Amino acid sequence: MAEQKPYDDIPGTIVFDSDQAAKGYHLNQFCISLRLQVNRDAFKADPEGYIDQYAMTADQREAALNQEWNRLLELGGNIYYTSKLAAYHGINFQELAGLMTGKGSTAYRAMMVAGGRSIEGNRYKSEWQDD
Amino acid sequence: MAYISSGVACSHVPALGVASDKGITGDDYYGPIFKGFEYSRAWMEAEKPDLVFLVYNDHCTAFDARIIPTFALGCASEYPPADEGWGPRPVPVVKGHRGLSAHIAQSLVLDAFDITIMNEMEVDHGLTVPMTMMFGQPDAWPCPVVPLAVNVVQYPAPLGSRCYALGKAIRKAIESYPEDLKVCVFGTGGMSHQLQHQRAGLINSEWDARFMDLLVNDPDQGCQIEHIEYLREAGSEGIELVMWYVMRGALNENVEEKHRFYHVPASNTAVGHLILENR
Ligand SMILES: [Fe+2]
Repeated sequence: MAEQKPYDDIPGTIVFDSDQAAKGYHLNQFCISLRLQVNRDAFKADPEGYIDQYAMTADQREAALNQEWNRLLELGGNIYYTSKLAAYHGINFQELAGLMTGKGSTAYRAMMVAGGRSIEGNRYKSEWQDD
Repeated sequence: MAYISSGVACSHVPALGVASDKGITGDDYYGPIFKGFEYSRAWMEAEKPDLVFLVYNDHCTAFDARIIPTFALGCASEYPPADEGWGPRPVPVVKGHRGLSAHIAQSLVLDAFDITIMNEMEVDHGLTVPMTMMFGQPDAWPCPVVPLAVNVVQYPAPLGSRCYALGKAIRKAIESYPEDLKVCVFGTGGMSHQLQHQRAGLINSEWDARFMDLLVNDPDQGCQIEHIEYLREAGSEGIELVMWYVMRGALNENVEEKHRFYHVPASNTAVGHLILENR
């Protein structure tokens, strides 16, 4: 039985805590390896061969190869790591946020310029159920 | 003797480094932000600290998931800007101060803060962006830096109250160092922002304003803000703000707020900035 955590009720948020970090270790190490050009070249030359050097789960491997950004976080990824995989695909931080929120980058950027996502209605999961 | 004269709080949004490096600090998007720091660069030129003690977090650059020290003190002679995936920033190498670092390291452990000692460390935007915002684009940084890297990436970050107490211990260490050094302490990161999942883009300006008020005027209360409040109200990455309490702890109980600047957005983040002088 999973332990209840005080942040479980925050909507649209995966807190990268020790449990997530333990789950995501190999996934995150794969992602961060792409910080270096030599590794980006190796991944490009042979994506499956490269990713198989990292002992991640089949789900994590699939989510990484398919660029499923939210699922990567749910499976133990952390945004500072997954953003390196995004950068490999030419996706910058703001575009990545646009993808994760489902808004797309133009609407997301417009929301930020207009002051960002309001805290009102975004504190508790219960506030999201009415949408 | 060494002493602390002032403190700076400053967001370290990577996009601000990119804007400076690309020379687009005057455009419609970045112009208002860099304008908010014009006062700061003039202030810094007059303040002329002999050394900056800079509290920041590494973003999986010097430390990936293999090693996650909660507090890591730089004790090196220099700190090269790191390659975060698009080449190192074209900014000067950050010079350290081995003597002061060694003294602080020893003093902190004997003061019951069991920090990690870094004799080699590359530094990412968390450190170099505040340097750019406060010093502009010199050929060499005008003074050495002693960096303190704080884990705020893997939950839990250290408690705000612990960061505040660490700041006090750092002050004690600095003030017992025999060289005459005027030290400015930087606390970086924040303000409210969430970079991940469906709630990305969260900004809470009212909360940020209250956070700054408490930090300046009632840090004993403000340092008690709990992690759940940071996560819920300031976003999952807003918890970086605990680092401002290390800076605050190193200052006097009473400080004068010389400058405050706040702007939304820079990329995904609310930019906050304070200059505090010891009273
Ligand atoms: Fe940061």
